[in-house]
Amino acid sequence: MGFPVLTACLLAPLAAALILVFLPKDEDKLHKWVAAAGTFVSLAISLYVYFAYNKELGGLQFVERVPWIKDLGVTYFMGVDGLSLPMLLLTNLIGFSAVFASWNIKNRTKEFFVLLLILIAGVMGTFIAQDVFIFLLFYEVVVIPIYLMVIIWGSSKRVTKEYAGMKLTIYLLIGSAFLLAAVIATFVKSVQITGTPDMSFKGLGQVAFPEQFQIYMFLLMLIGFGSLLSMWPFHSWSPDGYAGAPTAVSMIHAGILKKIGGYGLIRFAVYVMPAGAAYWAPFIAVLGVIGCAYAAMGALAQKDLKYVVGYSSVSHMGYVLLGVAALSVVGINGAVANMFAHGVMAALFFSMIGFIYEKTHTRWIPDLGGLARQVPRLAVGFMMAAMASLGLPGLVSFIPEFTIFVGSFERFGLLAVVAIAGIIITALYVLRAGANTLFGPPREEYNHLKDIQGPEMVPLVVLGTVLVVGGLLPALLFDVINSGVEPIMAHIADYLPAAVQIGGKY
Amino acid sequence: MLMGVSAVHFVLLSAALFGIGLFGALVKKNAISVLICIELMLNAVNINLVAFNKYVTPGTFIGQLFAIFIITVAAAEVGVALAIIIAIFRHRLSVNLDDFDWLKW
Amino acid sequence: MHHAWLVPLLPALSFLVIVFITRPRPKLSAAVSIACMLGSFALAALAAYGVFTDNHFQHRPLIYDVHWFGMQGLNVDVGIYLDPSSAMMIFMVTMVASLVQIYSTGYMKGDPGYPVFFSYLSLFAAAMLGLILSSNLLQMFIFWELVGLCSYLLIGFYSHKISAREAAKKAFITCRVADFALLLGMLAIQIIFGTLNLDELSEIMPHFENYTTAGMMTLIAVLVFIGPVGKSGQFPLHVWLPDAMEGPTPVSALIHAATMVVAGVYLVGRTMFLFTEVEPAMHLVAVTGAFTAFFAATIAITQREIKRILAYSTVSQLGYMMLALGVGSLTASFFHLWTHAFFKALMFLGAGSVLHALHHKADVWEMGGLIKKMPVTGWTFVVGGLAIAGIPPFAGFWSKDEILLATFLEGHYVLFALASCTAFLTAFYIWRMIFLAFFGAEKPENHPHESPGSMTGPLLVLAVMATAAGLIGTPGNPLWQNWIFFGHPHHGEPNIPIMLISTALAAAGIGLAYLLYLKDKDKANARALAGMFRPVYKLIYNKYYVDELYLWFNRKIVDGSARMTYLFDIYVVDGIVNGVGAVTKGLGQNLRCVQTGKMQTYALVFFLAVLVITVALAFTDSSSTALVMGGAK
Repeated sequence: MGFPVLTACLLAPLAAALILVFLPKDEDKLHKWVAAAGTFVSLAISLYVYFAYNKELGGLQFVERVPWIKDLGVTYFMGVDGLSLPMLLLTNLIGFSAVFASWNIKNRTKEFFVLLLILIAGVMGTFIAQDVFIFLLFYEVVVIPIYLMVIIWGSSKRVTKEYAGMKLTIYLLIGSAFLLAAVIATFVKSVQITGTPDMSFKGLGQVAFPEQFQIYMFLLMLIGFGSLLSMWPFHSWSPDGYAGAPTAVSMIHAGILKKIGGYGLIRFAVYVMPAGAAYWAPFIAVLGVIGCAYAAMGALAQKDLKYVVGYSSVSHMGYVLLGVAALSVVGINGAVANMFAHGVMAALFFSMIGFIYEKTHTRWIPDLGGLARQVPRLAVGFMMAAMASLGLPGLVSFIPEFTIFVGSFERFGLLAVVAIAGIIITALYVLRAGANTLFGPPREEYNHLKDIQGPEMVPLVVLGTVLVVGGLLPALLFDVINSGVEPIMAHIADYLPAAVQIGGKY
Repeated sequence: MLMGVSAVHFVLLSAALFGIGLFGALVKKNAISVLICIELMLNAVNINLVAFNKYVTPGTFIGQLFAIFIITVAAAEVGVALAIIIAIFRHRLSVNLDDFDWLKW
Repeated sequence: MHHAWLVPLLPALSFLVIVFITRPRPKLSAAVSIACMLGSFALAALAAYGVFTDNHFQHRPLIYDVHWFGMQGLNVDVGIYLDPSSAMMIFMVTMVASLVQIYSTGYMKGDPGYPVFFSYLSLFAAAMLGLILSSNLLQMFIFWELVGLCSYLLIGFYSHKISAREAAKKAFITCRVADFALLLGMLAIQIIFGTLNLDELSEIMPHFENYTTAGMMTLIAVLVFIGPVGKSGQFPLHVWLPDAMEGPTPVSALIHAATMVVAGVYLVGRTMFLFTEVEPAMHLVAVTGAFTAFFAATIAITQREIKRILAYSTVSQLGYMMLALGVGSLTASFFHLWTHAFFKALMFLGAGSVLHALHHKADVWEMGGLIKKMPVTGWTFVVGGLAIAGIPPFAGFWSKDEILLATFLEGHYVLFALASCTAFLTAFYIWRMIFLAFFGAEKPENHPHESPGSMTGPLLVLAVMATAAGLIGTPGNPLWQNWIFFGHPHHGEPNIPIMLISTALAAAGIGLAYLLYLKDKDKANARALAGMFRPVYKLIYNKYYVDELYLWFNRKIVDGSARMTYLFDIYVVDGIVNGVGAVTKGLGQNLRCVQTGKMQTYALVFFLAVLVITVALAFTDSSSTALVMGGAK
């Protein structure tokens, strides 16, 4: 089996958290460097894994398998394929940047970074677990730190941080309750059918569930994963939650945690319940399109920067749903790639907004203006994120969106047009926010502001590089994703009853 | 043997005793009285147990066994209950149950 | 010629170098940028020389493709597509870009954003050249958006000015609306034909019946055409182009006159195979072009700011190019594109020189007699004016004549009449501007001075080009027609009446302008004329209120519905969510009252419950009793 690379990757932040626990309380700088070191190790390992992964071979690699609960068929089963690799990399990119984005945290740094590291490890675990039990386990690990971080380090604007934290937590827990019900039912049914307990995604995927069962189960999973992905109408936690959360949490939440929803939808719901997926696909597409258009319009009406990005992320998740709903190689490739792209972009956006808030003590757009003159680097980061958000070609998000459009336009025709029209609205609100914040006459009260420098530059450099490299060389991303998506689609084609066979044009 | 005394009499006696105990436990305001009433109910049950033992399974002593159990438990219960009542009395100078509503919402 | 891929790469390199290395040193940054641009120009010239000396290229372009990304069902290559059209374009773009950059060293002197300005110009040049050389529609779209980005950044270069900020935003969003349609068209092409490669598409499209219906083809063509409508400022999406004049003048010259705005024309030219298949789409292109040409020309007559007049003139001239494409003459369209780039860049740079001298006083009515103090600027401007008015033998005459001829020969007589009227109007408004600004009495409050050599040098070069660039496509010397064409080369016989008509119209326009604005010292007749047609004048002066219409739409409809959505979100969606929470909370609030704390109440409830259960059990059958009692068997 060799060296357990993935476990090492998973344990690095946890180890750092453990070290932090034993450090004295007031060594702020030290806490930050330990956290940075922990996330850096993970980032390095995940980069290695990403490039060492054999794309021609495909399938699960770097597999680790230790039986855990025999009676329930639970295995400590870790591995990565083309679907989880980009997500793993994304997690660590954002985790690493998030540490630096919180560089100016003053109170209770120790607790903050311990929770942050646990959070990062939890998210990472969900992406590399190949066993649904372990997947849920890690998912639950994620929820609690978020709640604590929001209510302790968050900020109250339109809603109080307590409200925001509670809303976030309850939504995530309700989602996971639906999920848990679906998982248990699926597991019990699979034992009835095959006689051997097996909780791995692969094992469950081999079971031929009756079609009616699949349809019910898929709906449960859709609600579960959908509320995690902020699918309309289960989205309202997202803007409020991000607005209340501290920068690092917004970054991780919008950047990666949401993606667990999309990832789970593909990895678990679509993979295990293909007939259910085929049944609900048009429904998902409609919700996705509504989400796109609706949230874009919502974002247009916002005056708080974080709300703008909060709504925008709901809108972008609509594209992901649309891609998934296409249930074609192209569509799902696009959905996964878009999750990656949106993660990078949203994290950069939130980190820049975090810095603006830190320096000017406001996120209220009418109170800002002309910052490009006073904090040019910050402005560059903000504009890069904004441009990526409106899908500017040459940055990482354009090709994934284009791919989704191809996939969904092929399948849904006019419906997809509405979603594509979202790019106009997106341009409108993103440019409006950017222009009113950065351009125009500089304001006197911000003349003393210091531009981001030193460690504060890390999010911009790391995420900005990914934005540009991913935009210029989309093959880096797509080759990996495709190696994961094609087997899944082939599998689905095998397991779908002929009557609901999908594909073809229109 | 007592002639003309059947299981019915015992059941009636025990039912009456239980009814009196229940009524007292529900309406009395004095904690001590309520405790006494609870004793009454327990003893009604004891009578039932012993009587049914005699008429249903005369060969064994299951009923008596349970009756003794209940007496023991009742003794312990009275001990604890009286202790609590005394403790409360020391705090509130009252044994009126209507005053004992701190568990209210 | 095989190094054509370096042409866009050099400016891109210069962009990176300036941004990451030389930004603190303005002079060096400018030097890097200009050096790369000139290198790129040399390479482009070599490539163009290679193309135009090899007859092979008349029918077969040079194509290099590399795989970019792909998956089952979607594969995209990127590469280089070099044929006479693109060779001509890269030559023109690198040349104008080099001249503009040299000019900018003088114009932008002392600006705090000097190095940034040059980095943007480099990035723009890279994107524009990339667009021209694209072998794939998607690749083209990417560069298309990137030039849009550069345009956005450069229009908003004076970002502390609110007007510049708003103009930049307007430009980006207007183009975005158009690009949305273009994107849809591309998606449809990808899905129906399975490729976006230009070369493959040009093979497939003539046999489109195997793939789809004519209706669908028309739809695709219209969608693809809307993209250029935005980018090339055609009616009704022309509104951003005049506002784009908020940018520094060299930017207006390079991006909003000579290069980026013709990208739309270039795109339609590149996808001619799509349009020629469907007649209605061609008509749409022609009508849009002719209407825009006329429409913008009427607006230009009434405008007062020198750059705005030129901007509307650009819109109008772009309309000419579209008209030519719509009547099927790629030759005429690209010929006009070629000559227009030189004379319009010349006029914009001249206008920049004037603004530089007058400290950004833009109203032509406040100028006058400038030619005495600024001879080089003035006389080169006059050359530009002669070229755009279409006076032989200046460049504009030959290309405009080609367009009129093509329109006439294709039998579009109405469009021909419209285009001829426009020719008259063009001559009139340009010469109105020239007479007002450069001739007549000097204004005592102005203290103009001739611009430095770095600015007049490019003017002179462009003046030469504006004079001579048309000579390669005259009826006697139809070099151009032999190389740049769609389908088959097309040699129109020299049509003397049309040449005479267009020259006469141009001369009449100039003459009228002379009468109204130069001979008539106090311009009383012009004012009287404006007064006589007050409502019409006002309508035209306010640009037919198209901007106001859009503004109204944006403020009321878009923002209004955004507001509605947000309120819906807070009060309905979130209302339901909070409602569920409130119901739960309220339920708890009420139910806890049951918890009286009175033990005897509890005991009573307890007893009654036991009673109810017992009774219930007594009246039900034994099996269910057994179930409830725990299955005592």
